[in-house]
Amino acid sequence: MIELLQNLIMDYTLRTVAMGSGILGIVSGALGSFAVLRKQSLLGDAVSHAALPGIALAFLLTGSKASPVLVVGAALAGWLGTFLILSITRTTRIKNDSALGLILSVFFGFGLVLLTFIQRQPYANKAGLDKFLFGQAAALLESDVLTMLVLGSIVLLLVIIFWKEFKILSFDPDFTASLGFPVQLLDILITSLLVIAIVVGLQTVGVVLMSAMVVAPAAAARQWTDRLGAMVFLSSLFGALAGVGGAVISSMTPRLPTGPTIVLCISALVLFSILLAPNRGLLWRWAAEQRNRRKLQIEAVLSDLYILARQHQGTEHGHPIEVLRTMSIGHGGVDRSLKELKTRGWVEQKADGNWVLTACGMEQAIQISDRGETSA
Amino acid sequence: MKNSQTTFAIEVEDMTVAYREKPVLWDVDLLVPGGILQAIIGPNGAGKTTMIKAILGLVKPSAGRVLIYGKPYSQQRQLVAYVPQRGSVDWDFPTNVLDVVMMGRYGTLGWFRRPGKEDHQRAEEALAKVGMADFLKRQISQLSGGQQQRVFLARALVQDAMVYFMDEPFQGVDATTEKAIVSLLKELRAAGKTVLVVHHDLQTVTEYFDWVLLLNVRRIASGPVSEVFTEKNLRLAYGGKVAFLTHHTHQNAGAPTNV
Amino acid sequence: MTSAQFEIQLIAVVVAIACALPGVFLVLRRMAMMSDAISHSILLGIVLAFFLTRDLTSPFLVIAATLSGVLTVSLVELLNRTRLVREDTAIGLIFPVLFSIGVILISRYSGDIHLDTDSVLLGELAFAPFDRFIIFSRDFGPRALYLMGGIMFINIVLIIMFYKELKVATFDAGLAMALGFSPALIHYGLMSMVSITAVGAFDAVGSILVVALMIGPPASVYLLTDRLSLLLILSSLLGAAGSIMGYWVAHLLDASIAGSISSMIGLIFLAVYLFAPDRGLIAIARRRRRQRIEFALEMLLVHLFNHEGLPEAAIECHIANLPEHLYWELQFAQRVIRSGEKGNLLLNREEILFLTSTGRERAQKSILA
Repeated sequence: MIELLQNLIMDYTLRTVAMGSGILGIVSGALGSFAVLRKQSLLGDAVSHAALPGIALAFLLTGSKASPVLVVGAALAGWLGTFLILSITRTTRIKNDSALGLILSVFFGFGLVLLTFIQRQPYANKAGLDKFLFGQAAALLESDVLTMLVLGSIVLLLVIIFWKEFKILSFDPDFTASLGFPVQLLDILITSLLVIAIVVGLQTVGVVLMSAMVVAPAAAARQWTDRLGAMVFLSSLFGALAGVGGAVISSMTPRLPTGPTIVLCISALVLFSILLAPNRGLLWRWAAEQRNRRKLQIEAVLSDLYILARQHQGTEHGHPIEVLRTMSIGHGGVDRSLKELKTRGWVEQKADGNWVLTACGMEQAIQISDRGETSA
Repeated sequence: MKNSQTTFAIEVEDMTVAYREKPVLWDVDLLVPGGILQAIIGPNGAGKTTMIKAILGLVKPSAGRVLIYGKPYSQQRQLVAYVPQRGSVDWDFPTNVLDVVMMGRYGTLGWFRRPGKEDHQRAEEALAKVGMADFLKRQISQLSGGQQQRVFLARALVQDAMVYFMDEPFQGVDATTEKAIVSLLKELRAAGKTVLVVHHDLQTVTEYFDWVLLLNVRRIASGPVSEVFTEKNLRLAYGGKVAFLTHHTHQNAGAPTNV
Repeated sequence: MTSAQFEIQLIAVVVAIACALPGVFLVLRRMAMMSDAISHSILLGIVLAFFLTRDLTSPFLVIAATLSGVLTVSLVELLNRTRLVREDTAIGLIFPVLFSIGVILISRYSGDIHLDTDSVLLGELAFAPFDRFIIFSRDFGPRALYLMGGIMFINIVLIIMFYKELKVATFDAGLAMALGFSPALIHYGLMSMVSITAVGAFDAVGSILVVALMIGPPASVYLLTDRLSLLLILSSLLGAAGSIMGYWVAHLLDASIAGSISSMIGLIFLAVYLFAPDRGLIAIARRRRRQRIEFALEMLLVHLFNHEGLPEAAIECHIANLPEHLYWELQFAQRVIRSGEKGNLLLNREEILFLTSTGRERAQKSILA
């Protein structure tokens, strides 16, 4: 562990990788939260695929593999793809999902044509473009990280500046417009920030799986909190954790592609959150249901005893457990319930083994039956 | 209309809206004097919601002009508050009641400024007014339909407006909420505010509102409830589908309304 | 054209038709992105089955891959049912996981065999003719052709057999329920069809082309017709045309065939999107322009009619005042007036407008309509 920390600080590759993927996680986590809340979970998938031809074209036109050049190409193509998706859904009867699938596959296919075209040209430095498919954290340079840092900071800064506006836009666009905010401009701004956030991560995670970095951190974070600020923060944190974790693991292990490794890390966080997050988590819900069922079982036994007591006019007369079991067909757990009721002092067992309500239990039973009547 | 002396709270002229080919609103005029409660009624697809949205500039009209207290809407935005349909937002959004209500202050705050203590105070007061003071920190997904509606009303209250536009506030709410909304409407009227409400329950029109606009793509009639809420107008607006109501309107037509 | 070239195009056409058929229903049922999810996650099934059988041609691969496609669908549904995330989010969460596991398994444990990530994702149609279907040393042609031909045949037969059910379930889910068709059965049936098709196609064309062929042609045709039968037929034709065009462009550029076919599908869509007779961008813009004038003219007539003969008419019906009253720009107002004069509906007397008798009739009619 300490050795790893030491490496993180001293080792150039490891440090670069960790910083790069950390930035990626923070930025995509933050913007992903808005994307998920704005029902644009799958837009990230389309944007990242659509970026591929931009990368290839940028290289074809400039002959440069410097990351600012490629990033600009990727961003322009991703933005064009987004614009096309929105205008197709706005102007035709084609629904959002079809527009996404169409643009995603067509842009990616075109990118592929360009990539294979480049590979068969006699360029000197053509190698390395295909790392954009599945990402290659180990190939990150300090200059790449610098580009990511600058872009990421701009994106986050804008999110902070426009926080209030983005929040209300995501929750209630119509109301936002009625207040006089230019909703369309805000919409374009936040979508452009998403595009940049995605582009920043492409080199590390790759175009194929980058969408997971948009959706997953946000989906995990949503389970832990009911506040937007906390969600964005947690989402960034989860994104960074998974990014750094996955990238470090993959760059230290031979033949382990970075993108998939990061995706598995973040997905593990999602699974953990969905199961265990307080209140919303499935295990919590299950436990709450169990508690509720127990409570109902106990109340049922109590009111059964009450009914019996009324039939026999008084609490002195004991009732055998078999009678209670017969009355409880369908909800069960009579033995356990009686035990629980006995420790509470609401029932007692007579010498002959039969059960009766105590005075205190009688009171409780009356309360329960009153409650049942008013709610019915 | 140009040389009229009285200034109306809402003045809509020639409002026409078309989606693709179909006109949804056709040349609708509307004059709403200040300090009244006015309902907009009409069958499904009559353009009631579109009417409000077009007045607020949320849908682009093909033609038409809107004046709020005599000046174009764009100059009078701070006089206007809006309560959208409850179903138009995602109630699983990660935010709480107080936060939603505070959003009503965002327009006054303008760009970049964050809500402060005073906004907080006002939000609390507004929530108290709609009987939701105990729910400040409640996550909005845990509210009932009626409570959600009251939160939306509180959000409009903190806008401190003169003119309120409400889209189906009574839709699917419990009796308590309905009562709360009605008393709120009366309170607003008493304070000289004007409220325009998209309404669907014909049975309560006479009881809740002073004026009514009957709409079915075109304006059928608009004016005091006692004058225009008649069987004839309803028939014009709804076609033959109002048989069940005639009894009710007969009784009240012309009679002083008991609001 | 060599026989290999012919075979490649034939395979591409068969794949295109096999994909377009279930694709129509995906587009109509708003589940297009399931094709993306399924075509990615079948990789896991293929990889696992390959590790078990060590044989890339084993039919077990197809079965395992189809199962992993169906698994994706059920996992998405399971996650969706928790109501902790929305459906699109669920899709976006599930398939990257399955795909990632597949990719990692490949890169870790199968460095020396033909199964590599690039060919999975991108496909290489150019190699398809090398994999022959040989029985008793007799060459029956490329294996992929038989596989995809079989899948295409199954798809056609299934769609013909269940045409009525699919149609009802797609256009009117409520009626389908009332008639006793199980929506879940149709859903899973369709998803299995998508899975099998994606599995067969991915080897030849890669997962991304599967998405392009499933979504592109139906989305394009959806702008041309409403009829289900036409949607199916035209989508198949468009897909086939795109495949042949794509092949030759790839040949020319010496580039990826799958990518080139996707690009052609995109170009075909673009052409339809622009030029479709009723729903294309150009048609819409034209219609809008015409309607705007017609609409405005009608409004002007009503306006004139309302103020006709009243004292304020001189002001209300003065051309200079129209922009303010009707919220028009002067230029637009003039265009509307010209169109009205041409139709003999109104007269312009010294900048004040009057209705002709036809104009008055038209105004009355539009008030009453």
